[in-house]
Amino acid sequence: MNTKLAPVALAFVAFGLFPLAGGAYEIDLATKIMILAIFALSLELLVGQTGLVCFGHAAFFGIGAYTVTLLTPMSGPVSLWLALPASVGAAALYALPVGALSLRTKGVYFIMITLAFAQMAYFVFHDTPLGGGSDGIYLDFRPDPAIGGWQPFDLSEGHTLYYAVLASLVLVFGLLAVMLRSRFGRALAGIRVNEQRMRAAGFPTYGYKLAAFVLSAALAGLAGFLYALKDGYVNPELLSWHHSGAVLLMIILGGLGHLRGAMLGALAFTLLQEAFQSQALVGDFAQHWQLPLGLTIIAFVALMPKGLIGLALRRGRQ
Amino acid sequence: MDLATFLIQCLNAVQYGLLLFLVASGLTLIFGIMGVINLAHGSFYMIGAYMAYALAPAVEQHLGGGFFATLAVGVALSVALGYLLEWLFFSYLYEREHLQQVLMTYGLILVFEELRSLIVGNDVHGVAMPEWLSGTVPLGEVMTYPVYRLFISAVCVAVALAMWLVLARTRLGMRIRAGATNREMVRAMGVDIRLLYRIVFAIGVALAALAGMIAAPVSSVYPNMGGQVLIICFVVVVIGGIGSIKGALVAALLVGFVDTFGKVLFPSLAGLSVYLLMAAMLLWKPEGLFRAG
Repeated sequence: MNTKLAPVALAFVAFGLFPLAGGAYEIDLATKIMILAIFALSLELLVGQTGLVCFGHAAFFGIGAYTVTLLTPMSGPVSLWLALPASVGAAALYALPVGALSLRTKGVYFIMITLAFAQMAYFVFHDTPLGGGSDGIYLDFRPDPAIGGWQPFDLSEGHTLYYAVLASLVLVFGLLAVMLRSRFGRALAGIRVNEQRMRAAGFPTYGYKLAAFVLSAALAGLAGFLYALKDGYVNPELLSWHHSGAVLLMIILGGLGHLRGAMLGALAFTLLQEAFQSQALVGDFAQHWQLPLGLTIIAFVALMPKGLIGLALRRGRQ
Repeated sequence: MDLATFLIQCLNAVQYGLLLFLVASGLTLIFGIMGVINLAHGSFYMIGAYMAYALAPAVEQHLGGGFFATLAVGVALSVALGYLLEWLFFSYLYEREHLQQVLMTYGLILVFEELRSLIVGNDVHGVAMPEWLSGTVPLGEVMTYPVYRLFISAVCVAVALAMWLVLARTRLGMRIRAGATNREMVRAMGVDIRLLYRIVFAIGVALAALAGMIAAPVSSVYPNMGGQVLIICFVVVVIGGIGSIKGALVAALLVGFVDTFGKVLFPSLAGLSVYLLMAAMLLWKPEGLFRAG
């Protein structure tokens, strides 16, 4: 337990101290990594812990991002205490019928259906006036955390957003770590290994899976909410299936079945993408960054199915 | 909606449905027989469409042209591509989990999209249809219907019939069906299962590419066309029942009608109607209309 948690705690501390050393670009990148780590953790709950391969997770991320943007008026910020629950809630609300329907099926069906429903959400934002079309919409003001007249912090100031994201990541990690050790988490692990047996043992597995699905979507909505705050801009690409594929890749890259793996994968994926997109490193080829990324994915799946954690664990045992 | 409009929309629905069937049948064939979920299947459709655009001038120059010559060259190239891809990538995926299949084929999509962007760029291109297919036929007193759309339907029906004949009546079809049911037994009977899979995969690729080629004059060619068709094909396969060619046909026609009439009757729901259909079918028959096996 300690050997597992120590690197995570170290990483959190490192991220906490990072603003002392990093410039604006590095801090923005670190913020992005932490947000994607929350997103990856949310999917790890489904794929790694429950064994449900969801290929439409970007929909929940995007809904979270769009909700705060749509709630913010042109003239000024919206209250954080309205926007945050609304964003997380909207993602969970969409996940309820989608999960209820998709979970009637299994395996490949589940993969295809979650992808199709995510695409449906994509079309809603892409094709209707609601989402501003493919151009997306700007979020001009970050939500205001004032309660009454009291202003506990200001998200548009200095590194406040950075620390808010870090705090969210620590909370989400803590929540999942505790939850996976609870009866609920054990039941999910049981479903992953052998659902038939769990049902025979008297567990209402459908209900457990649906609860995991909705919770996972809510956390993805939180990640989307933070992403909109960071960029100040949302567009339909946040819901696209490329984004769903990317987050799936993160958890595999890091190592499926470990919360640490999801975070490690978010870090590795973002840095990899950043390198392939870097004009300085690869010159004009940077605009074709998806080509090396695609080849990396193929090589990775072929050679390292257990992910980076698997590599570390194997080395540790030797 | 008057009768002529209704008829035209019906013909459009059938044409769209048959075209979807052509793509979806390849997807479901590959899954049903080899157990591989191939996200890159939409890319083959895209590649076909771009071949219709890029090959025509070369074929014109070297082979003396002709629409069918272009189609034939395109199909031959896509068979070769399928054969090569199976050998290079997909043969490693048979024993893997769905998750890894999804990821590797997702990686392939990125590669195909970027290669397309490198080779032909990101512009939208129109594709000319052959002159003798570019006319219209009268339908009622004032309406007309484009011949080319009838041609698309005819090609799809012909291919569907050919596929049914091969699967039901030939030795190759018998082996394919047997290979889907019991791989080990087929191998024990002395059939080269590797070669069989390679052939099935190449056929699947060619079906999608052919669909892309004949659709190109109507839909034009544009980036992301593969992704769009892939997701609709997933809807078709979910409704029809995975692995079932018959299910794919029925579901594709159903999706064709719902999409076409959805756009006419409820324009505000245009993009959603197909997904609502899928949701309804999941409530009614979560296992699909004709689940194979």
